[in-house]
Amino acid sequence: MHIIENGNTAAALGVKLCRASVIAAYPITPQTPLTEKLSEYVERGDMKAEYIPVESEHSALAVCIAASSAGARVFTATSANGLLYMHEQVQWASGARLPIVMCVVNRAVGAPWNIWNDQQDSISQRDTGWIQIYCADHQQIIDAVIKAYWIAEKVSIPIMVCYDGYILSHTFMPFDLPDQKTVDAFLPPFKPDYALRPEEPANLNTVTLPDVRLDVRGELAHSYMEIRYLLQEELRTTLDVAADAEKRFAEIFGRQSDPFIESYRCDDADCVALGLGSLTYQLRVSVDALRKEGIKVGVMGLRFYRPFPDEAIAGALKGKKSVVVFEKAISYGYEGALTSDLKSALYEHLAGTGTLPSIQNFIAGIGGRDIRTEDLTQMFRTATQGRVSKEPLWIGLKL
Amino acid sequence: MQVKTTILSLPTEEFVHPGTRSCTGCGLAIAYRVGLKALGKDTILVVPPSCLTVLQGLFPVASTKLPCLNVTFASTAAAATGILASLKTKGNDHTAVAAWAGDGGTGDIGLQALSGAAERGDNFIYFCYDNEGYMNTGAQRSGTTPIGAITANTPFKGKLQQKKDVPAIMAAHKLSYVAACSAAYPLDLYDKIRNCLHLPGTKYFHIHIPCPPGWGYDPRYGIKIGRLAVETGYYDLYEIVNGEFKLTAASEKLIEKRKLVPVHEYFRTQSRFRLLTDTQIAEIQRQIDEKWKGYYKQEE
Amino acid sequence: MGTRNYRRKTSHSEHGPGDGGRTGSWRVERPVLDQSLCIPCKRNKEACFICWLFCPEIVISRTIPPRVDLEYCKGCGICAEECPTKAITMVDEAKFSEEDKE
Repeated sequence: MHIIENGNTAAALGVKLCRASVIAAYPITPQTPLTEKLSEYVERGDMKAEYIPVESEHSALAVCIAASSAGARVFTATSANGLLYMHEQVQWASGARLPIVMCVVNRAVGAPWNIWNDQQDSISQRDTGWIQIYCADHQQIIDAVIKAYWIAEKVSIPIMVCYDGYILSHTFMPFDLPDQKTVDAFLPPFKPDYALRPEEPANLNTVTLPDVRLDVRGELAHSYMEIRYLLQEELRTTLDVAADAEKRFAEIFGRQSDPFIESYRCDDADCVALGLGSLTYQLRVSVDALRKEGIKVGVMGLRFYRPFPDEAIAGALKGKKSVVVFEKAISYGYEGALTSDLKSALYEHLAGTGTLPSIQNFIAGIGGRDIRTEDLTQMFRTATQGRVSKEPLWIGLKL
Repeated sequence: MQVKTTILSLPTEEFVHPGTRSCTGCGLAIAYRVGLKALGKDTILVVPPSCLTVLQGLFPVASTKLPCLNVTFASTAAAATGILASLKTKGNDHTAVAAWAGDGGTGDIGLQALSGAAERGDNFIYFCYDNEGYMNTGAQRSGTTPIGAITANTPFKGKLQQKKDVPAIMAAHKLSYVAACSAAYPLDLYDKIRNCLHLPGTKYFHIHIPCPPGWGYDPRYGIKIGRLAVETGYYDLYEIVNGEFKLTAASEKLIEKRKLVPVHEYFRTQSRFRLLTDTQIAEIQRQIDEKWKGYYKQEE
Repeated sequence: MGTRNYRRKTSHSEHGPGDGGRTGSWRVERPVLDQSLCIPCKRNKEACFICWLFCPEIVISRTIPPRVDLEYCKGCGICAEECPTKAITMVDEAKFSEEDKE
């Protein structure tokens, strides 16, 4: 059924369809309508879930970690400083191997205070061992939530579903709302390997020594390093699981996309723009404009940022003359995080083959600074003629 | 209080194995052992970083026979809420959830989450075991460290501030049950737990825990010191049931006796109080006497 | 022989004694019971058991006579201090032979 709703509602509908049973909610702009919508579903009886109005974001993820450890399918959402406040818990959730799904409605981080969109919040969490999915429209939001639960519960790794604050969260778009039966066919009930219960007592996540040690059965147990290695190992195999999820989703929902990259007019492009989220759709307008001028360009949206699909992206960009990376965040002290990861992937897969593209990094929209399509097109056009700068170039700066 | 358990009627089933990493003569070990007897097998525990984390064992060996979730320092009460929510979604209204946190993890870093859970009325029991400092990390001062106590980071002046009254803070949340207990009075602790399990919302227990390395005494005197704290009227055993305050056990007996052991008898048993001057002790004695005048008046 | 095939991938502990190792090795003195002073021994029925109640290590059995598990007893001395008839005394470990200590 096609409906017209805003991005926050799309996410909320996804959570409802996935039958999340414990929801922790703490308000922060621009996430609030999402958790408010969930409270409507719960209070009206449309959704059978425990809705916990926690007293902080740190507690929101604490509730999710505990409820998930006890066997419930959980959900929470946040933005910016809320995500930063729960950072300790973000690290905890992945180390504890819990299939938590959290929506991050991307917003700029303080200091100073800013409620508008950029992606610094989720990008700053890229090293935490969570899977990160970026959405470019509302269909992707609701679909990503559904796929996220399936993937998370398969690999026991938490997932952040990220979408741009205001630009997606508060705008209205048509999208297909799946019916409950279809979602149930895709996503079975949560069956964890272990859930806290008196019948099978266990002490979870206590102090773990640097070295291995015999357990009470006389078997040699992992220690911290092995546990952490297994997280990394399984994050990398998640790339295959994500591909499986896409296949399965296509079979059941009849909608298929590439699991990692959404390409627009890239096949014969010399220069390709790369980004995360809704900016890549805005770049399509620039692509069409430049194509009219005879410049062969295209744009790719990266869906999975972590685990980083290095092989897929290197394969997609092999032989291109240049790549222009547009980012709404920066790894302070160096350059855009996506740019660095891209360079690393290209170096890894293409160095010495003579097919290494040149790379230009643009930073845009920090703190919600309006990104004018004319500026995007202009910078993109300039970049097709040759590298503009070694340092990341900030578009729309008014210094 | 209805039930009055004796040593002989105390259940014999043990929920903790011997050979833990707790210090010789650990007061927490005594309180925890009896507390678990009161809670019983159908319980899930939540524990933040603290002495109890270590007592419960390092991976992959657990010393406690109950399921337990280790959580981050500030999130104990929120985690208890999360476990309860999960149980509720499965229709389980019988498994108890019990949080055990130290004084720092309760009254300092953990206070926000605890207040949130109490305000929401989340139905679990919260035990604060108060050894009056961050003992697990080497005896640094906490909010509940008493005034004058030498700690690792109040080494030459002793703590300058009063002991934070965490039970009073929790009582202000209008909980159905708040109790102050001591490891030196395990049967009082046991009965209080048994008597409150059926009450709604968050139940709060504050347990005084003598700590040999943190307080500076020969381990064999732990129980005596715990008793002295009560017999001097310095630390009181009480319960607040639906807002009604009542002294219990040895503290209740002091109402009849009308005689408190001088508090300097308590201070001289522990090297952490060696900096207290006569003037300071006199002032503390005065405060205790004032407090008890109030108790005597309430009784009349 | 590594831990690749271990059944769990998280920090998940099952319960058992002696997480701290043979904590009896921490002792510098051990409790010794004089049964002639011990109340349950004298009466030959369940009584007192204060030593059992207050042992932090749970190594004193609730039996007649109470027995101390020397594998784990840390020698804190609380049992000796609390015994109402002073039936328990703490004795220097050095007084016990090497064989005894096994």
